[in-house]
Amino acid sequence: MNSTVRDTLGLIGRYVLVGFLLVFFALPLLWMLATPFDSTPSLRAEVPDLTLDNFKVLLDNPFALRSLLNSVVLAAGAAFLVLTFAALASYALSRVRIPGRDALLYALLLLSSIVTGTAAMVPTFLLMFELGLIDSQLGVILVLTGGLLPAAIFILKDFMDSTPRSYEESARVFGASPLQVLGHVVIPIARPGLATIAVWSVVQVWGNFLIPFILLRSPDKSPAAVVMYTFYTEGGQADLSLISTFSLLFSLPVVAMYLFVSRRYGFRFHGGIKR
Amino acid sequence: MTLATSSSKEDARRIARSDEDAAGLGRGRAIGFVAPALFLITVFLVFPALWTLYLGVTNYRLTGIAAADPQFVGLDNYLSALTDERFRSSLYLTLMFVLGSAVIGQSALGFTVAWFLRPVRKGVKVTVEALVLLAWIIPSSVVAFLWIAMLDRSGGTLNTLLGTTGEAWLLEHPMLSIIVFNAWRGAAFSMLLFSSALATIPPSQLETARMAGARGWAQIRDVVFPNIRGHVLTNTLLISLWTFNDFTPYLITAGGPNRESEILPVYIYQVAINDGGLGQGAAVSLIMIVINLVIALFYLRLLRERRS
Repeated sequence: MNSTVRDTLGLIGRYVLVGFLLVFFALPLLWMLATPFDSTPSLRAEVPDLTLDNFKVLLDNPFALRSLLNSVVLAAGAAFLVLTFAALASYALSRVRIPGRDALLYALLLLSSIVTGTAAMVPTFLLMFELGLIDSQLGVILVLTGGLLPAAIFILKDFMDSTPRSYEESARVFGASPLQVLGHVVIPIARPGLATIAVWSVVQVWGNFLIPFILLRSPDKSPAAVVMYTFYTEGGQADLSLISTFSLLFSLPVVAMYLFVSRRYGFRFHGGIKR
Repeated sequence: MTLATSSSKEDARRIARSDEDAAGLGRGRAIGFVAPALFLITVFLVFPALWTLYLGVTNYRLTGIAAADPQFVGLDNYLSALTDERFRSSLYLTLMFVLGSAVIGQSALGFTVAWFLRPVRKGVKVTVEALVLLAWIIPSSVVAFLWIAMLDRSGGTLNTLLGTTGEAWLLEHPMLSIIVFNAWRGAAFSMLLFSSALATIPPSQLETARMAGARGWAQIRDVVFPNIRGHVLTNTLLISLWTFNDFTPYLITAGGPNRESEILPVYIYQVAINDGGLGQGAAVSLIMIVINLVIALFYLRLLRERRS
């Protein structure tokens, strides 16, 4: 009898807790889901009356779509460099015993975690200033690539280590050159790992605020993360139609990519895949 | 006979080598493959870190006389940072931020979701997990505004729900606001890590403990915690490192009001980039990198111990 009471109380407690967690995590997000479709957008999350008028404001803003395009350029550029260089490096490190390999990997892992964009903000800014790469999208891409490469190499090396070598050996037996082996055998086998790294890089760059914020000057070069910030900090009354629709449009790609990777390759958790 | 052995030895060595280098890449090409990545890492990651050492002992500024001809000032920047009331207050706020939002907030929230949602109906569980993940993956400038809107004094959702009209959360409780924000923002990592850790606990142990009458807190303390001790430590180190380097609070409070939420990343930005004091900013940058190094070395030692 006593134990049934305790069980019931435990059950009630559990559902109170679940309810609290649901509200706590959903509350800030509700605004982003409801407000873009509300004809009188306010700061309060309300049930919307389903209109698409707010998206017209978004299309009329000169910076909104332009900044999303800039984000695509930065993300694509950095992801391309990270993927290419990390794939080459991790494959070589996985298959060939280069002197000092283990020390190198150890140092890379350490570096990527201690020299963060925030801690190295000052020297990075100065370096780009001296190189004349302030207000250059290429500069942003290079800095972001340098920051993402160590972790990408580390994760991909782990992945390459776990792929079987027997295919490469058979291809060699049939006379394929090392580069042919790489292109026709290794890359197809490593595709899930490569896709993970590509998506991971895109997501990292897409949301990055600090690096473009300190390195870019012109609004027409700025990515969505920076332009979003200026929407609510600069110039009088914030335009909630613009901010709400822009938030939604800016967030959708990363959510879609996350869903894609977790569906397709089932990566639910890879230590430190997101920082 | 001797010849045969030596040639079979050679064979064995060749096979061993081909097993290592299956595509026949060779050492030269391998170094060529690694070089471009190493070049970018050296220029944009290693060099800035080393340059911080030099910058920290100069009076480097972006404009003015010191910009043309930076002077060596020795440890002045470090001494003035360590005696600066603003820096010390920033260091204290950073400690509160990391302890409150990561070590306590994210760990507790992540564990709570991972542990208490195990027996809950699948649909509810998936919904909560999806929300926690959404909070984690949405770009920081978007979540920052979502919190600004929710905590707004006159029209915010929180004041409407609580009936506390006119409570200016971001002005009256800036630290509490960014601490709760960051706990919300980053709980997903702890949730994922603890979920996979909890799955490794043998169900028989939990069953035995339940038979012996251990429930609730006793069960967590005596059975669950000893099993996931290593994960708790890993989780604490990683989320501390990330939270310590998080710039997102700047997007919500910009360090204000009155520098009441000026954590170290925001302090560096204000001093070095906004006010142009690059030498001073670099000195604080180096202090940050050293703290990062200490946390990272702890983590690497932990990884090694677990591997061996």
